[in-house]
Amino acid sequence: MSAQLSVRDLSITLQNGVRILRNVSLEVGAGRVHGLVGESGAGKSMIGKAILGTLPHAMNVTGGQICFGDVDLMAMAPKARRTWIGANAALIPQDPLTALNPSKRIGPQITRRLVDILGWAKTNAKARALDLLAEVQITDPARVMRSYPHELSGGMRQRILIASAFAAEPKLIIADEPTTALDVTVQKQILKLIAQMQAEHGTALLFVTHDLGVVSKVCDTMSVLYAGKVLENAQMRRFFTHPIHPYSRALLAATPTYSNPTGSLAQVPQKVIDGVEQDIRHHDIRNHI
Amino acid sequence: MRDARADIRRPLGARLWLSGGWLTLLVLGALLAPLLAPHDPLAQDLFAGRLPPFWQDGAQRGYPLGTDSLGRDVLSRMLYGARLALVVALVAGTLTCLIGATLGLIAGYYRGWADIIISRIVDIWMAFPPVLFAILLIAVLGTGLTSIIIAIVVIDWTRFARVVRAEAMTQSAMDYVASAQVSGRGHFSTMLTEILPNVLPTILALLTLEMGIAVIVEAILSFVNLSISTDSPTWGGMIAEGRTSVHQAWWVLVFPLIALFLTVLSFSQLGEGLKDRFDPVLR
Amino acid sequence: MNLLRVIFLRLATTFLTLFGVAVIVFFVIRVVPGNPIAMMLPPGATEADVARLQAQYGFDKSIPEQFFIWLGGVLQGDFGTSISTRQPVSELVLGRLPATLELSVVALLMACLIGGTLALTGTRMRGTRTEGAIDVSTGVALSVPDFLWGLVLILLFGVLWPVFHISGRISPSLDIDFTTNFYMFEALLRLRFDVLADLVGHMFMPALALAIPLAAIIGQLLKQSLKETMHLDYVALARTKGYSERHVITREALPNAILPTLTLVGVQFTFLIGGTVIIERLFSYEGLGNMAIDAVINRDLPLIQGIVLLFALLFTVVNLVVDMLYVVLNPRLRHA
Repeated sequence: MSAQLSVRDLSITLQNGVRILRNVSLEVGAGRVHGLVGESGAGKSMIGKAILGTLPHAMNVTGGQICFGDVDLMAMAPKARRTWIGANAALIPQDPLTALNPSKRIGPQITRRLVDILGWAKTNAKARALDLLAEVQITDPARVMRSYPHELSGGMRQRILIASAFAAEPKLIIADEPTTALDVTVQKQILKLIAQMQAEHGTALLFVTHDLGVVSKVCDTMSVLYAGKVLENAQMRRFFTHPIHPYSRALLAATPTYSNPTGSLAQVPQKVIDGVEQDIRHHDIRNHI
Repeated sequence: MRDARADIRRPLGARLWLSGGWLTLLVLGALLAPLLAPHDPLAQDLFAGRLPPFWQDGAQRGYPLGTDSLGRDVLSRMLYGARLALVVALVAGTLTCLIGATLGLIAGYYRGWADIIISRIVDIWMAFPPVLFAILLIAVLGTGLTSIIIAIVVIDWTRFARVVRAEAMTQSAMDYVASAQVSGRGHFSTMLTEILPNVLPTILALLTLEMGIAVIVEAILSFVNLSISTDSPTWGGMIAEGRTSVHQAWWVLVFPLIALFLTVLSFSQLGEGLKDRFDPVLR
Repeated sequence: MNLLRVIFLRLATTFLTLFGVAVIVFFVIRVVPGNPIAMMLPPGATEADVARLQAQYGFDKSIPEQFFIWLGGVLQGDFGTSISTRQPVSELVLGRLPATLELSVVALLMACLIGGTLALTGTRMRGTRTEGAIDVSTGVALSVPDFLWGLVLILLFGVLWPVFHISGRISPSLDIDFTTNFYMFEALLRLRFDVLADLVGHMFMPALALAIPLAAIIGQLLKQSLKETMHLDYVALARTKGYSERHVITREALPNAILPTLTLVGVQFTFLIGGTVIIERLFSYEGLGNMAIDAVINRDLPLIQGIVLLFALLFTVVNLVVDMLYVVLNPRLRHA
């Protein structure tokens, strides 16, 4: 299995010296879905931002490698890297309510980058956008193309953002908690839609979430992140049957399943957390792919 | 929002020190004018007209900053001019503040008819060009220190009324005000004990700003020959005279201009600095 | 229906404001000491001459009576006759209005240009010394009013490095036969670039003096607003699309950041127009403001009334236009 994206020993540090990520390594296979699981604050969104080159000003990559297919992103000049990312990767953001520009109609928000960055003809870009909107099950795509974001519901907007992410047929899409901001009923539909689109387009997908349940539904492989450190990289099935790290085991136990609906009440035991902290101090990382 | 405010806060120390320093110097200069001034600010000496400042050729001892076309000492006139400027700043600033802030507080807290009337008047006032209004008022009231102070109060009370009204409205909508009212406190006492302290930092900043503006208005009125009286030493009067002879004697314009510039800048920076320091949220 | 109601209310308050201005000016200037008629007559005029002129200008009637006669005239477009020049006030005032409008609009454009550049540069240079320098200079520019900037400019570009004209609107030698009083506009249309250059040379300093404080306000506010917008998700998303930082700031963030600045610029533009009064005086620029000060000094009551009312009208029109622009530029309001 060739890797579409491989991150090796990535470290991110705040200007004041606080380390956000410590030697993170993970791989996303071509056309595969990789889940990145962790609690909020674990730094999982920062991995996505580091790959896309949109880290906040106060943060710097202080070590490691990000390879996109054969291309070493860290070795590229910032400008070239930006256009390269624009052509080859895309982001499905967390909050559909704030991720569309309120002063622009939907149509141009999907088509402009195809024309500006990829040099498509305007008519082609428009036709492509209409097709994609139909594909993400939006009724009356022509009307939606003319709408402003505030005229559409949150679920609709997330569908549009998904369509927009697939528009240029990128090789990798990073979905940053794409369902967290949505209603529970809409969450399921969107999740299904993302999985469907990914399968049809054969795009590699890095799925960032705090929800193990979501990961179990859509991912092939996954990483568990805690306090800026990858504790475990695993095949999906293997992880759910034979989790290796004590934190992973505790995490699984805390996830509600149909057989154990009260699992949500369980907590990661303090002893496990202490153990993880100990591990991190000793730079002990376990890779199991 | 938060981090942006923090950014502005960084140079606060230097800002307060510099502006406070200049204003202290100015107050001392004004108070000690009779001791410091080398000459009578009104004394003319036609044989010593348009003398340059001390570092230039042709300068005379005893006239460190030169003389104007009538041979009056620029430094002495500036020192005495500072007295007038500061009196106008303090008196006009304070009166404007008292009247404007009171009306704004009433409009913002009581709302209803008081607010409608006050806001309407403010709207009408905002439709006047302020400088023209001031000149018109001086034409009506006649020149003189009192007239200038009255004119400044009349044209500028709206600045306080507008800002304080908006602040008082925001504060009134807060829960702590409701709880004060529920606890049986009267409206007037709630206004004074709950609203006023929270609006005070803003009022303070506006007050120092207004002092700077008062100095400018006085200078503008002197410039169009409508200030205190033609022979009183005022910065505005000196600037007006310097403007006409700027090609022959630039120093008559430059020195009072620098003083005016620094004074106005210091008043407004002092206000901003004080506001940050006394703002209970930022402190 | 609701929109109509809003528009009606808005117009009603506008008229109320203008009426208020008219009343105040009218009554304030009737208190002006000194008999304006006496100044018009040659020495040795008889009592009868004075009485005849007073009757001609309506000064023999009671003040409220005078007010309603004047108001009736105004509603028919007749603002009375100037005492000092004996010309119709409307003619005098409309003759000077173009000069003031040109000055104000040029100043506004300069302010937007300078302020916008400062805000965009500051945003691109986040966290650098350039940003710090921009913050400090806008802080200073903002605290010092146009009058002082005018004097500073006179020293810089009139005395120290005399490249611009220090007074007037146009050099007499170049005063071609203009058909309108919009000299700059007309010179541009007639392609008289020599005249245009002369006009710019005269207008540069007064316009810049008016523009500096407003440029600082625009710079500060727009930069702040951009800073907040740059943190939003759609801006981050645009970055991943491969656009340059410049494109992200100007195309994605700016259109949304500009709205709060716009309302403020409207109010500030009325302040700028108010500032022309003293700036025109300072640069001997023949506009409304300069005429207004002369009118006050000459006790020319009808002229003062006309000018103040015109200023008030100008202010309210600017505010109306800004409110409409706000609705047009904001898609959320446009479709509401």
